[in-house]
Amino acid sequence: MTLPANALEVEHLSVEMGEVEVVRDLSFSVPKGTSLAVIGPNGSGKTVLFRALIGAVPHTGTVRWAEGTRLGYVPQRLDLDRTLPVTGEDLLMARARLSSATRGDIERVLTRVGLAPAILEKAIGTFSGGQFQRLLLAFALLGDPTVLLLDEPTAGIDEPGQERVTESVRRLQEEGVTVLMISHELNVVVRFATNVLCLSREHTYYGVPRQVLTPELLARVYGEPVALYVHDDSPG
Amino acid sequence: MMIPPGSALALSGSMAVAAGLVGAFALMRRMTLAGDALSHVALPGIGVAIIIGINPLAGALVALIGGAVLIWALERRTRVSTEAVIGVVFSAALAVGALLATGEQLIDALFGAPRTLSSWELAVGLTGALAVIVFILVARDRLVLLFLSSDVARTVGIDVQRLGLLYLLAFALTVALGLRFLGALLMGSLIIIPASTARQLARNLNQMLGWSVGVALLATLLGTWLAASTRRETGPLIVIVAALCFTVALVVRRR
Repeated sequence: MTLPANALEVEHLSVEMGEVEVVRDLSFSVPKGTSLAVIGPNGSGKTVLFRALIGAVPHTGTVRWAEGTRLGYVPQRLDLDRTLPVTGEDLLMARARLSSATRGDIERVLTRVGLAPAILEKAIGTFSGGQFQRLLLAFALLGDPTVLLLDEPTAGIDEPGQERVTESVRRLQEEGVTVLMISHELNVVVRFATNVLCLSREHTYYGVPRQVLTPELLARVYGEPVALYVHDDSPG
Repeated sequence: MMIPPGSALALSGSMAVAAGLVGAFALMRRMTLAGDALSHVALPGIGVAIIIGINPLAGALVALIGGAVLIWALERRTRVSTEAVIGVVFSAALAVGALLATGEQLIDALFGAPRTLSSWELAVGLTGALAVIVFILVARDRLVLLFLSSDVARTVGIDVQRLGLLYLLAFALTVALGLRFLGALLMGSLIIIPASTARQLARNLNQMLGWSVGVALLATLLGTWLAASTRRETGPLIVIVAALCFTVALVVRRR
């Protein structure tokens, strides 16, 4: 069996913020069509790693994306004030016009993330947490990405909302999109990730979920026992 | 050379359209306070220009461009404490400007003096306003993405540093355009108040841009007419009309 080519190769990546080395000598690769979950306690550099991967923060080492890679990025936080009179349509149309996507393309990506077209008329401030995350996912999909970077897409939203977001991501994986996802939801990670990158201040752990997500390792990384219920239907 | 009255009206109208458009994106960029402070930096530029004997507005434009580049450079380094630095630097600029320009010159620089208009100023003003309007309309989608999330904009292939600088320069140019009408102290208000009014009334981005431009135009034209009718200063009346529009919008929204 031949291994799939890599969507991303990272070698000796380090990022300094002021005097602090937030990411230290990190090397890993992400095969095309697979999913990588990035986990770790707060302050372990997960978001900084993503920002280094997209070239938003200065770094040393090498970040190599496969040729022809189109990135779709769903950040954890937006700069935009959500109380402004900006609708879902305003955001999606702005993105669509930049990639020559059509109104039909917008309706198609909404279907892919499980949102009704009626959502276009609503101000983004009235969206639930789950709806807004799926809108951002639809926004990222308008660029027809080969790789999705999702920074805690299920953080701060209710359980049904989390289910719908993770279901949308799972469907995209099945369609062949490579997914890199920061998540605190270890049960989600176990169910969907091909590989896990666990960051902590002292060490970095990389491997398939069942290898990395052991109670002993999680307790060491998070500094306290972490409850993790692995269902029988989980892969890996 | 005499300037026909209609030309002055065209200049103030185009300046108002530019202010309305730039202001709507200033709200998106969360720079209402920084924007107001930036308008103050025009004052030392005016003061230096008077001392060395060049057109005060040219001095103001140079100082404003310097201020815009300063904000841009500070935000490139870190967002932490940027607001504080902007507050200190631009308040100091206001103080320096107040020392450099004195008497009637200072009052004109602070609150505007629209009675004196040369054909050169008219041509440069109209060109500048048109440049700002075209920039905002052409770059609208990229600005939405930039202010939604600069990281997202980057993954779309937008040069976020360049676009951010161009927007700040458009902001600075708009302030410069309005200085003769409103002065260094009040021009920031014509950028921020119409956009804040639009925020109360609009349901989407198109409406927000439309209301912002409409209120800026109404305030400028009505304020100018009131000033001519009552023989008062133009700048304060423009800002008072804009503030009244904001108050009405608040009441309308609550109903």
